[in-house]
Amino acid sequence: MPGSMLEVRDLRIHFQTDDGTVRAVDGVSFSLERGRTLGIVGESGSGKSVTSMGILGLHHGTRAEITGEILLDGENLVGASPVRVRELRGSKMAMIFQDPLSSLHPYYTVGAQIIEAYRIHNDVSKQAARQHAIDLLGRVGIPTPKTRVDDYPHQFSGGMRQRAMIAMALSCDPELLIADEPTTALDVTVQAQILDLISDLQSEFGSAVIMITHDLGVVAELSDDILVMYAGRVAEYGSAADIFGRPDHPYTWGLLSSMPRMDRERTTRLVPIPGTPPSLIKVPSGCPFHPRCRYTHLTGGRCDTEVPPLREAGTTGHAAACHLTAEQRRQQWDELQAGKVPGQGQAGQPSPAAQGPVSQGRAEA
Amino acid sequence: MTEPIKPPPPPAANGAQHNGDALLQVTALVRHFPVTRGVVFRHQVGAVRAVDGIDMSVSKGQTLGLVGESGCGKTTTGRLLTRLDEPTSGTIVIDGHDVTHLGPGKMRPMRREIQMIFQDPYSSLNPRHTVGAIVGAPFRLQKVKVPGGIRKNVQELLELVGLNPEHYNRYPHEFSGGQRQRIGIARTLALRPKLIVADEPVSALDVSIQAQVINLLEDLQDELGLTYVVIAHDLSVVRHISDRVAVMYLGKIVELADRDLLYTKPRHPYTVALLSAVPVPEPLTSPSGQRQRRQRIRLEGDVPSPLLPPRACRFHTRCWKAQEICQTEEPPLAELIPGHQVACHFPENTAPEPADDVPIPAADA
Repeated sequence: MPGSMLEVRDLRIHFQTDDGTVRAVDGVSFSLERGRTLGIVGESGSGKSVTSMGILGLHHGTRAEITGEILLDGENLVGASPVRVRELRGSKMAMIFQDPLSSLHPYYTVGAQIIEAYRIHNDVSKQAARQHAIDLLGRVGIPTPKTRVDDYPHQFSGGMRQRAMIAMALSCDPELLIADEPTTALDVTVQAQILDLISDLQSEFGSAVIMITHDLGVVAELSDDILVMYAGRVAEYGSAADIFGRPDHPYTWGLLSSMPRMDRERTTRLVPIPGTPPSLIKVPSGCPFHPRCRYTHLTGGRCDTEVPPLREAGTTGHAAACHLTAEQRRQQWDELQAGKVPGQGQAGQPSPAAQGPVSQGRAEA
Repeated sequence: MTEPIKPPPPPAANGAQHNGDALLQVTALVRHFPVTRGVVFRHQVGAVRAVDGIDMSVSKGQTLGLVGESGCGKTTTGRLLTRLDEPTSGTIVIDGHDVTHLGPGKMRPMRREIQMIFQDPYSSLNPRHTVGAIVGAPFRLQKVKVPGGIRKNVQELLELVGLNPEHYNRYPHEFSGGQRQRIGIARTLALRPKLIVADEPVSALDVSIQAQVINLLEDLQDELGLTYVVIAHDLSVVRHISDRVAVMYLGKIVELADRDLLYTKPRHPYTVALLSAVPVPEPLTSPSGQRQRRQRIRLEGDVPSPLLPPRACRFHTRCWKAQEICQTEEPPLAELIPGHQVACHFPENTAPEPADDVPIPAADA
């Protein structure tokens, strides 16, 4: 899609470790336009955080090997000089981290940290920067920002710290905002406040937002498009309505049916995904999801030999990496909705193959 | 097994629900953590009112869910129930034995009856012990002679929780998060306890693994007739596994009701707000296809400090229905209809027909 603000093409981020190569991100492509929100969902170790850090150039100085293209308004960030990436980071793109307590510096006041971020990218006086920081804190809903600007992070509550983080990320009006699990550490009522805030600020600033989370509820609330990741690859990509209304990938089905739903009748039993996520050092052959998939018998043995390409089936803009045909997908999803699960007899018990201890490549970011 | 230590006290008559076959009966339970000043002349300057007078009972074979935001005292309650901490006042009666102030020696035989499942499967297993040693520890500590030997019993336990009994000699690091949580559950079950207090048993796990562990907990309950107190902040998980649910706010139970009553017709404004804050995994789009945010009750600000909780009704500072009386008179936890206790002067959903002014997440599916 030409004209997209952010375009990621075949991004691969590998780490060399003593145990072998960790393929944290293995061929991810997506694009994002201004004013839109992309939700990236996946379990821990699926590569969602590594992807976002790759976009921000935060793997510089590590042993990460990055290939592919990250085009921000046409400028490729893979291979760009660290100085250039640093110029863009904070001004054109910014990040909201998961844990505000550990990502705010405890020795400096909240105001000082916002002022620092602002003055690095803007040639303004200390006074003006301070005023800007106060405005921002007020904007994100901190009461009495004039006095709170001189508080230290420990004087803020969890929700207020996350607001301060957001204020810092917004200090230079970034066009791309990446939020990595922005509400995971927060209580539900505070989470609702922060999600409202991000949504309001987005419509005000018109920035593009990448929302990384494992919580399907949060994604559904905020995202226009959704990228489901599994083992460093894209399992499914589509609009929020497609992903939640008519998901095409057995992994997405698994995610949706394994969570208890408050908006539906209470089911007596959840349908978990059997087994555990794979090690990123030894990604299963063929489709990385095949050892946990309930539908491998339908594809004629291709699942463990052939990597399924990400392809559209039916609706444009909705693609899944699965060997099942469009017809099969529709049929299986309808059956699952009706409560029919293949191999239900052993649901809940991991299959013997998946039971062995896993030597997990601990490669999560 | 254990000698009766003390006959149960006569049931207190203060609105707590009484149940003939209550396994756990808690009356006016209080835990204040003193706050002191001074090094030489220590004096108490205040108290953190973590748990401030709660009454509840759990019948045999039932599951009580305890929900609330961080700092509401739910974890402290769990620690008091398992007597990992001593109450300031009040009584805890488990299976007819008053365990409120038992010393460590007298408590030890009771510990066979009450066990705990911990939140973090990474820090609650000793990394230097094998699985066999971890799961077998309760037998050794309690000096229990089991027919067939400890090893055989441990292997049976591992099988019970869905692990391979041959992994007896492996170490925790060889297992994934979900498998570790199973190891913790096997340890909990070793002495066949009657009551299990599970503090956030699935919140550290990925969604797909959460469902496996939730199903396991339910199977074990059916199989072994266990009674659970499940402490969690995730309202959908609590709805899925609980028979009754208690909502805590600042050290008090504000609402205690049967699951379906609580989730379909919450009466306390705090419960209503809490339920409406849960993100729903179902995107909401306007007729024109635009993404929309759900209307929800926004609670302003944060939970007040338990060091100086608001007077009378503790929720009045954030409640949209608060009036004069809420600041002067504390509402008792009263049974409005059978099986539904609420501590509020102006409860919601009291009209015979469901009130329309309250968006309940369950209603829009």
